[in-house]
Amino acid sequence: MTDSLSTLIEQALADVDSSASLAALDEVRVRLFGKKGLLTEQLKSLGKLSAAERPAAGQRINDAKTSIQTALEMHRIRLEQSAMEKDLAKGSVDVTLPGRGQQPGSLHPVTRTRLRIERIFGQAGFQVAAGPEVEDDFHNFEALNIPKNHPARAMHDTFYFPDGRLLRTHTSPVQIRSMRAQRPPLAVIAPGRVYRMDSDMTHTPMFHQVEGMVVGENVSFANLKAMLHTFVERFFERPLGMRLRPSYFPFTEPSAEADIECVFCDGNGCRVCKQTGWLEILGCGMIHPNVLRAAGIDSEQWQGYAFGMGIDRLAMLRYGVDDLRLFFENDLRFLKQFP
Amino acid sequence: MKITYSWLKEYVPLAAPAELARQLTLAGLEVESVTPVAPPFSGVMVGEVLESGRHPGAEKLFLCQVTTDGSNRLQIICGATNVRPGLKVAVAMVGAKLPNDVNIKRTKLRGLESNGMLCSARELGMGEEHDGIMELPEELRLNQDLRAALDLDDVTLEVNATPNRGDCMSVFGIARDYAAAQERRYLTARVSPVAVHSAAAFPATLDAAAACPVFATRVIRGVKAGAVSPAWLRERLRRVGVNSISPIVDVTNYVMMDLGQPMHAYDLARVDQGIRVRMAKPGERLTLLDDKEYVLDPDFLVIADARGPIGLAGIMGGRDTAISDATSDVLLEAAHFSPAAVAGRARRLGLFTDAAQRFERGVDPTLPPIALERATALLLGIVGGEPGPVQVTCAAPHGASDAEGWVSLRRSRLARLLGAHVPNDEVQAVLAAISDRVEAAEGGWRARHPPHRFDIRIEEDLIEEVARLRGFDSIAERHATAPQIAGEATESRVPSDRLLTAMVDRGYREVITYSFVDSALQRQLFPETPALALANPISEDLSDMRVSLWSGLVQACRENLRRQQTRVRLFEIGKKFLVRGGGDLEEIETLAGIATGTRWPEQWGSASEPLDFYDVKGDVESVLGLTGDAASVRFEADSLGCLRPGRCARIYRGANAVGWLGELHPQIVKALNLPPRILLFELETDIAMICKPLQFKKITKFPTVRRDLAIVIAESVPLAVLQENVTVSASGLLSELRIFDVYRGPGVETGRKSIALGLILQDSSRTLTDVDADAVVTAVVARLRDVLSATIRDQ
Repeated sequence: MTDSLSTLIEQALADVDSSASLAALDEVRVRLFGKKGLLTEQLKSLGKLSAAERPAAGQRINDAKTSIQTALEMHRIRLEQSAMEKDLAKGSVDVTLPGRGQQPGSLHPVTRTRLRIERIFGQAGFQVAAGPEVEDDFHNFEALNIPKNHPARAMHDTFYFPDGRLLRTHTSPVQIRSMRAQRPPLAVIAPGRVYRMDSDMTHTPMFHQVEGMVVGENVSFANLKAMLHTFVERFFERPLGMRLRPSYFPFTEPSAEADIECVFCDGNGCRVCKQTGWLEILGCGMIHPNVLRAAGIDSEQWQGYAFGMGIDRLAMLRYGVDDLRLFFENDLRFLKQFP
Repeated sequence: MKITYSWLKEYVPLAAPAELARQLTLAGLEVESVTPVAPPFSGVMVGEVLESGRHPGAEKLFLCQVTTDGSNRLQIICGATNVRPGLKVAVAMVGAKLPNDVNIKRTKLRGLESNGMLCSARELGMGEEHDGIMELPEELRLNQDLRAALDLDDVTLEVNATPNRGDCMSVFGIARDYAAAQERRYLTARVSPVAVHSAAAFPATLDAAAACPVFATRVIRGVKAGAVSPAWLRERLRRVGVNSISPIVDVTNYVMMDLGQPMHAYDLARVDQGIRVRMAKPGERLTLLDDKEYVLDPDFLVIADARGPIGLAGIMGGRDTAISDATSDVLLEAAHFSPAAVAGRARRLGLFTDAAQRFERGVDPTLPPIALERATALLLGIVGGEPGPVQVTCAAPHGASDAEGWVSLRRSRLARLLGAHVPNDEVQAVLAAISDRVEAAEGGWRARHPPHRFDIRIEEDLIEEVARLRGFDSIAERHATAPQIAGEATESRVPSDRLLTAMVDRGYREVITYSFVDSALQRQLFPETPALALANPISEDLSDMRVSLWSGLVQACRENLRRQQTRVRLFEIGKKFLVRGGGDLEEIETLAGIATGTRWPEQWGSASEPLDFYDVKGDVESVLGLTGDAASVRFEADSLGCLRPGRCARIYRGANAVGWLGELHPQIVKALNLPPRILLFELETDIAMICKPLQFKKITKFPTVRRDLAIVIAESVPLAVLQENVTVSASGLLSELRIFDVYRGPGVETGRKSIALGLILQDSSRTLTDVDADAVVTAVVARLRDVLSATIRDQ
């Protein structure tokens, strides 16, 4: 009996070890522990033993059962692991093959730039306003202190409609509309399309401007300088020299043009800045009292600044685009460069 | 306007040219360019040809003897045919360094020694002239360097005076502003009157006092015919971009460039009796110096004689009274025409003249007699003649009254507007440098602006002067203390940047197309829609305001297809311009898109299928879904001229039509030579993108049950109807209806289609049993059979 149990154990462990698959292993298990399994039979045979022999024999059979079951379990884990390993080896993919699905489109660089400008000024408390593109003479010129025959009108080659209306030549009319709609204090930017009869490398008959305006009791020229300088540094994401040059706009007094250090040569002089080291980027000034009055605002109590800049021009400088017309040709090979 | 450094320096001490340019620019006179009148060269002397003859050994060369100091004799060989004895020439001496790295050495040419070179203008970098050597003015002295003799170390500055600064449209005017900016000095123009030799005068009457308050003339009798302007005058004019014409014209131009007063010279013999300055009569005609006849409106100011107009005031003189070579008696005119009388008139006639440019900006009304004296002094030295007295006709009592022209400046206002403190003595110094008089006043100053400053009218103008002349750099940047007003973050409509992102994420590229479009293309797409046409379009193909964004998108798509792109998906957000009844115009913000090519970008592992209506519908739905109110969105079959019948939908939100979706009509596709399937959509964002207020609904904890049904119905039944019937018969237990297949073909009779429905059922108060689910299916099937004659396909 002892011998036969020893042989059984030996044989069982050998069978477990030589099982090449989970199915084979299972067969071994059934052969040993099934209803008519060898060990089951051994347990059944305990009944034939005397009461004195039974505990020791039972103990030995149980020990055998435990050791075989442990071996079975360990071999099962080994087999599963190797099956998993085989599976993994078969299932590897070429990670360098491209992914699938729809590819994203892109934002137009002018829109991208506009959104950045809106964000920068938005964080400073400016609200975004809009106005009509087909304007009347009053909002585009008269209210901005540009009466008929004013030499400044010659700077605006205006598109007209037969009834005298016109396509706005700048976003400045939104100044008037905003001031009439809300009372000061106010801080507004108005981005949008503007139109002038002009077409060459640096002019297109339609382009984009953003107008900015702040009206308060003590809003000063020093504040304007600080705001614009911060803006250009935020926009170009680098420290950048800026200077204001006296200029003339009928709707501001004093008026200035802002130059930034050339972003292509760091102010050392290059072809883009015509060797001056400076790039003109915007016009600005303190809102002319006549303009405040045209908007129904008391120019003794309130004062403010305004500025206007070309969004397209800023986009050109930011991205190194050298021909304004590219923005309106909508060539996919161009658009794809701005994700 | 061009000026030269040396001319400007006659009035005021100057910094070096580059620094001068910076100073002028920072004081508001933008210097566009600084150009040396000649490139660097050295060792070139003024010389005189003593003898010239053929080179014995070369047919095309001349053997010359030249002196540069009156005593030396240099043998120089020269190839120019214009070399001749007595000619003053530019002699590059041995050792001279010329532009382009040319060094002059002693050489032998065909056996004879040449000790230098006679220079052409091109060799000195002073022009393109290369037909012969430079012929220098006869009056140049010998024994001097050419650079000194011709003032070649001079530079030309292109200065941009802003439209409000008529007073800076002259060399003197710029000097005056520069002196105020740099030295706080008020510069005045001085001339000494010439001696009067005749009593000759010419009467003038001023009929339009406001338009022409001052009219000054002088008669000069017996001027020399055939005289030429001296070299210095011609050269100075040339350097500032003015052509030399004749001594009299040159002098009037010179005085205009110098002092800023436009002048005119008449041939006295051709002017009939007295002069009258008056408004034009309607339809009056006048031929100007440009030989063109102009028809005048009554708001043009004219100079007229007894016969009619002889000049367009402040713009251009008339042809018939112009001076000529034969002129012996000259009538010089220097007048003041008010900006209001001149502004815009030249432009209206398509003219652009130096005179108009100055008068419309404002010319000093006290200048006319000064300019006449300056011109006379110059003229006498060139053409001689006997000057009569300066005769000034004034419409109003002469000179501005003492009470006029005062502007106040409050110290507090100055500090508040600039946001900077300016010491009182500096304000005082600036005001004194630009004003006739300055006085202390309550809380500040009052200053009387001189007659040439047309731009100083209000307090802010003086504040600008203080800031400008001290330099904007002197004002420190200071951040504003902004009012603390909370901004907006609305959820009542889909923000436009969210819309942009959504389109980009759906694979569309944003374009920006012109708001004015080709009217022919637009009419092809929208023959019935009236468009607003520009009165002065820049070109035929940009003439009408767009009534839809589709013209621009079709155009952009077509151009990209031409550039070998096959898959194009573009969108734009912008306004369309609709003409309503009564001529009212509505600007409507629109999101529009175009798509063609394959459904997916070309990729491995999926078949390349052409895009169809439903792909783009999915894009439109996803965008409309941003409103949180997909239930309000409806697509109804409709028709629109430019879309393919049967593949065109009107898009609604509730009762509002908000847009269109469809396939471009094959006829248009053919006409425009486009590929077969082009999908278009548009949404009017103002109404389409209104959001539904978001309201949380409790999440049901009871599970859902799914039942699939394949039903066969007539082709003509739209899904929307099927959906409605399913919903109605599902007794409130339908939480979602999925369409997972639409099939036509074998097994389904022609004219019918099979639709596979996934019914997701759920009750919010209990777990549904199979019995509940089966009951719903039975009810749905019964309803579909009864109402839509549907049959159930074998499962």
